[in-house]
Amino acid sequence: MTKNVLFEIGLEELPARFIDQAEQQLKEKTIKWLNESRISFTKVESFSTPRRLAVLIHNIAEKQATVEEEAKGPAIKIAQDNEGNWTKAAEGFTRGQGKTVDDIYTKEVKGTTYIYVNKVIEGKPTESILPEFKQIIESIQFGKNMRWGTKTMRYARPIRWLIALYNEEVIPFELAGVQTSNSTYGHRFLGREVVLTNPLQYKEQLEKNYVIVDSKLRESMIEEGIKKLEKERNFIVPIDRDLLDEVRNLVEYPTVFVGTFEESFLELPDEVLITSMKEHQRYFPVKSESGMLLPYFVAVRNGDANALETVVRGNEKVLRARLSDGEFFYEEDQKNSIAFYLEKLNNVVFQVKLGTIGEKVNRVVTLSEQLAEALKVDTEIKEQAIRAAQISKFDLVTNMVNEFTELQGIMGERYARIFGEDETVAVAIREHYLPTSASGDLPKTLVGAIVSVADKLDTIVGCIGVGLKPTGSQDPYGLRRQATGILRIANEKEWEIPVAQLFNMTIELYQSQALEHFDSDIVKQELHTFIQQRVAFLLREQGIEQDIIQAITSRSIGKMSDMMKKASILSTKRNDASFKPIQEALVRVLNLAEKTEKNEINPDYFETETEKELFSSYLTVSSVYQEFVNQNNLEEAFAELEKLANPIHSFFENNMVMTDNENLRTNRLALLKQIAILINSFANLNAIEWKQHN
Amino acid sequence: MNIQNMILTLQKFWSEQNCILVQAYDVEKGAGTMSPMTLLRSLGPEPWRVAYVEPSRRPADGRYGENPNRLYQHHQFQVIIKPSPDNIQELYLESLQALGINPLEHDIRFVEDNWENPTLGAAGLGWEVWLDGMEITQFTYFQQIGGLEANPVTVELTYGIERLASYIQDKENVFDLEWTEGFTVKDIFKQPEYEHSKYTFEESNVDMLFELFSMYEEEARKTMEKGLIFPAYDYVLKCSHTFNLLDARGVISVTERTGYIGRIRNLARNIAKAYVEERERLGYPMLKEEK
Repeated sequence: MTKNVLFEIGLEELPARFIDQAEQQLKEKTIKWLNESRISFTKVESFSTPRRLAVLIHNIAEKQATVEEEAKGPAIKIAQDNEGNWTKAAEGFTRGQGKTVDDIYTKEVKGTTYIYVNKVIEGKPTESILPEFKQIIESIQFGKNMRWGTKTMRYARPIRWLIALYNEEVIPFELAGVQTSNSTYGHRFLGREVVLTNPLQYKEQLEKNYVIVDSKLRESMIEEGIKKLEKERNFIVPIDRDLLDEVRNLVEYPTVFVGTFEESFLELPDEVLITSMKEHQRYFPVKSESGMLLPYFVAVRNGDANALETVVRGNEKVLRARLSDGEFFYEEDQKNSIAFYLEKLNNVVFQVKLGTIGEKVNRVVTLSEQLAEALKVDTEIKEQAIRAAQISKFDLVTNMVNEFTELQGIMGERYARIFGEDETVAVAIREHYLPTSASGDLPKTLVGAIVSVADKLDTIVGCIGVGLKPTGSQDPYGLRRQATGILRIANEKEWEIPVAQLFNMTIELYQSQALEHFDSDIVKQELHTFIQQRVAFLLREQGIEQDIIQAITSRSIGKMSDMMKKASILSTKRNDASFKPIQEALVRVLNLAEKTEKNEINPDYFETETEKELFSSYLTVSSVYQEFVNQNNLEEAFAELEKLANPIHSFFENNMVMTDNENLRTNRLALLKQIAILINSFANLNAIEWKQHN
Repeated sequence: MNIQNMILTLQKFWSEQNCILVQAYDVEKGAGTMSPMTLLRSLGPEPWRVAYVEPSRRPADGRYGENPNRLYQHHQFQVIIKPSPDNIQELYLESLQALGINPLEHDIRFVEDNWENPTLGAAGLGWEVWLDGMEITQFTYFQQIGGLEANPVTVELTYGIERLASYIQDKENVFDLEWTEGFTVKDIFKQPEYEHSKYTFEESNVDMLFELFSMYEEEARKTMEKGLIFPAYDYVLKCSHTFNLLDARGVISVTERTGYIGRIRNLARNIAKAYVEERERLGYPMLKEEK
């Protein structure tokens, strides 16, 4: 007869966000443990609800597999005396392995002969191994653990019962004062205690007691319930994946229902309605076919349809109270002016050493203006950027954002429109928080991009300036994310400002304000390293290899879009066989140029045709190169540099650089130096590990 | 069921669970947790079971008696059991049934909620209990109190009386709730709600409050130095309420805010430590009685 095993951990309600991961861990650890214990099985199924984590092991072997293992003993020199008799050491070794000296054989390992015996490890009955499952339960990792009662154990929530069943037999062990048994519990209110006599009855027995132990099945029940309502009511329920994952892990037996709210609440901003429903109540908002919010919500009850109308009414009441609050805030907030809120910002601290948000806003205004000027945008854009910066944070002190913090920027945009601000300015208030994640949306408008970058520059330089540099996994102010945001914006908008200049501009602003703790040399160095790392991070994300990143960022941190393009050009060239002679020529120049600091060329000192030719090629190439760079055409610019390869080769073939004639030598080196400066303005090709094959 | 009967029912229920019924503590406080019956007694190894109604003052929530959901002063029913019993969730659900809530006709859920009170150096893990989507109880296993590890662990149940009543009585407005036959919340509390709001937001003597804060703080420190823990703790509560009044008046900037909270937290931590030491010196009297 085949045997099956069931383990179930009964818990007080687990946080929904821990459940999927815990189930996954339980399954993986069980399989690993069975394999390592040499116990065969056909399948491991796993289950989870808010109140339980379980695994069902199918067709488990009744014994561990028996294996033969080679046991290595001492070297033969020690195992035998001069007469070839076995020594005490050899006897001790064999005894220890449950063998005698008659079982010994020898093998040579790295020139030394050792004695061995073959040891048979007899498989133990599975039954005797199964109590080890206790350690698997203990090893599950949760995001946050707690203690309870007088127990020393730490777990996500208290353990209340344990099932450990080997066919009909209970596998005995105890954990945190709970003894294993064959009883589990159904739904808190609809089910009862369930005694299992066979692990395979687990799913059915619990389903009879209103517990759906398969979380994917609960999910499809919810989806079907939603589809049915969509059909009946002729509306659309957009499924938010994260919400669905959470909701299915908040219930053991899902019943989907629909509730309504007063149509007048639809006048509230959509974001307020959606946040109230989704974040606060875990409801699915409902839309019409044209995508407009409708005065309905869809929710999931933990239970059956009995007295569902009471549940619906209760939920409607809660939502109504929340939306009434929202409505109250919305109306109250509109009674004041933007100036009123800006004044309040002077009382809100941004960071103790960096002053209030009001002060931060002033810096962001200055930076936005400088940035607008550096980007040579027209006056209208510049003025919009200044205004957007001035009012970028006013919504932080409104009632609505105070209550719904996730609506920062979004309410700012709304209210700005209501208060009669320019449309571009309103949009920029929302956009200046973008991107909110490593790959999140970027500001679409130029004004939004300017204020976004100014705000982030201020935060990064300010925080690093007062010693709040991110370390390891600690980045409480999100400086890395914000730096990546700046670089992504600068790249996408192809801004004509070197990245280093953005940061220098900000450092100067802080210096002019003579803020305490601001030691600019150290700050400059730390910032430089920090930005270099962020640029490298972003390039790595694009699949660029380390040496090319080094070649592009080691000398100076230029325009972000240029760095991206250069990285892509060089990544191709480094593998391109036809580029090999060109690379050799250019790198040779770079190496020789390091021998001098002088770069004044005197054409009168040129002697040979080939050096004159190289000089004139250099003059042509450098001016055309510059033109292409100005047009942002880096491919063509680099193609110009390639044109120097032939003259360089002839130069080296026909001229002796390190000649005794000082004038001649200095002049030739100066020529090479000039060419090297030109090459380096593209990238430090010396840092690249060339991989071309002929 | 009116509020008076709800309170009587809960008192009877938890009294039958061997909880000591005490009365509300007579110093202003923002939450039932701050009563010394919870905050101090949940420290140390001595077992403890208590239940009480706590009128809780939240000056910033005052709305002149005009908001249907928010109050300057609301009521909490507080249950504290140390060590937390294994069947505490079942007991809690039975108490809801005693209030006439039939779980088969509702949707009752335990939704993760981790509680933290930085002012008291306290933190716990647990849930907010949802009744048809409404949060009716805060259910917390204390992990840390006054900066000290809670061991054994105390469980705290905080029923929001008005919330629960608004559901049981099916009323939209808190002032329409029946307290006892013939009297509503409005009759009893509307005038004080209005006057306290007016006082808090418009009339309070700010200079005096600042001075009181310093005086209370000083007195708490001095009293504690003399080993008088309970009186010292009363002054910490007074500091906390005075701070809440100043904060609601909007005269404490965010920087200062952190500073004030830090000052109260330091006092609370020192008192927690002193309480534990004092109980140890006394030989944990309640631990002995248990044997």
